[in-house]
Amino acid sequence: MYEFFIAPFIAFAFLKKALVACLALSLGCAPVGVLLVLRRMSLLGDALSHSIMPGVAIGYLVAGLSLPVMGIGGIIAGLGIAFLATFVTRHTQLQEDASFVGLYLIALAFGTILISLKGNSVDLTHILFGTILSVNTPALILIALITTLTLLTLAVIYRPLILECFDPGFMKALGAKGALYHTLFMALVVLNMVAAFQGLGILMALGLMMLPAVSARFWAQQIWSLWTAAFAIAFVSGYLGLVFSYHFELPSGPAIILVAGVFYFVSLTVGRHGSLLTRKNTGSS
Amino acid sequence: MTSSLPLASLKGGTLILDNITVSYQNIPAIEGVSGVFEASSLTAIVGPNGGGKSTLLKALLGLVPLRQGRVTFQDCKRRDCAYLTQTAQVDRSFPLHVSDVVAMGLCQKQGFFRPLPQDTNVQVTRALERVGLGGYEQRLLSTLSGGQFQKVLFARLCLQNAPIILLDEPFAAVDAYTIEDLIHLIQEWHDEGRTLIVVSHDIELVREFFPSTLVMVGEALAWGPTQDVLTLETLRQAKTHFRAREKNRLHDFPDAGKVA
Repeated sequence: MYEFFIAPFIAFAFLKKALVACLALSLGCAPVGVLLVLRRMSLLGDALSHSIMPGVAIGYLVAGLSLPVMGIGGIIAGLGIAFLATFVTRHTQLQEDASFVGLYLIALAFGTILISLKGNSVDLTHILFGTILSVNTPALILIALITTLTLLTLAVIYRPLILECFDPGFMKALGAKGALYHTLFMALVVLNMVAAFQGLGILMALGLMMLPAVSARFWAQQIWSLWTAAFAIAFVSGYLGLVFSYHFELPSGPAIILVAGVFYFVSLTVGRHGSLLTRKNTGSS
Repeated sequence: MTSSLPLASLKGGTLILDNITVSYQNIPAIEGVSGVFEASSLTAIVGPNGGGKSTLLKALLGLVPLRQGRVTFQDCKRRDCAYLTQTAQVDRSFPLHVSDVVAMGLCQKQGFFRPLPQDTNVQVTRALERVGLGGYEQRLLSTLSGGQFQKVLFARLCLQNAPIILLDEPFAAVDAYTIEDLIHLIQEWHDEGRTLIVVSHDIELVREFFPSTLVMVGEALAWGPTQDVLTLETLRQAKTHFRAREKNRLHDFPDAGKVA
């Protein structure tokens, strides 16, 4: 047991760093993911995660496979696309989801072409599927910074943000700036997406944000408990994913997401609230 | 500060409307409405769908731009208004307790960033008792019926403790028992001296409980004491007037039909 679950983390610094990265990522991504689910914007997260691609690609062209440089590029691109999509939504007849779809597809295609200008398929795989085992100290600091900023921001704007999620009409009636809190929240989504990208790659980044968040819905019924449950699921997934990826030489990002996926299936089958099991027992559908 | 005691000193504000016009994409929704919502009055707004009832409330609150005219608040500010929207937009599976939603009413005076007053729980409990939901504090929203949820929103209005209260179709989609409780609370607010403006489709209800009525058909067709305004003749007039207006609008603005 010890040999299997703990020894590798004591023996190898890169595994230790990866585990710390998972801890920080789980702390930041869990609350953001839960709010995305509550706002019914789960799929919008998907669009946003792809939209960081061109920035990542430009970072890659400038500095090669350097996680922090690609990360900062990703932040700029993600925020840019988010603001552009908000602009399109406000000033044309398109709804938010439609304007995002248009932009993120362009961003993804553009980013892939940029990478192919210089890169090889190995690098592309790293960018798409992640290299949490190669997370170095600068990347770790960037992740930790993003997590700290996320938790502090959420603590400050907690009340208006929850209100804006729950009842935007009431926010308007109060004369409060609902759009401001919405924008701040979208910025947090982009930041955490970039943090997760460093460990899990563009295609997997959203997984650590959304799978624990949707799983938590089956276990908790209040915002603080949803956050706690989502964090626990995210971190345990990260840890187990690392263990499996080390012993069986699996790519780490997909391994972590697959463990989270197992949690998701278990939750929706036997979770305490509204799962298949509870619905069958109470006879409702 | 307690909202459950009758506030003898509370003076509802007066709202003066001077020739206000609101357009959506150049198509007028309300035109040239002038008149006064007196301090401490209880007014119903009735009229056909598309007659501009909701738009009028939004115009009072400054939520839609005025094309023309102005709204003046006397003895109060626009920020003193509490406003209940039509509730269809709220997601009732949201993981909140009843007490959380009621306490949101405090944001009206407190803003978002100040600590809650010490007697918050007492205020929440009293407000819930007033709407007949005593003991529901720790219930989840998802366990409430539509009528109970509407009562929770009324309890939230109690905590907003506003001198002016605007309600947009608060009786739509709730049963007769709930309506009775809600009407009772509205009358209490009226007795406390608040100014109340309520959009409703229920003519019988308006006749029985609302002293003043405004009939909106894109413009203010009639405005005054309910027994003078809600006559069969006015209602017929409203119908023909509104139809003629819709027809003209369609003629003048061929796109008008596309706007909900």
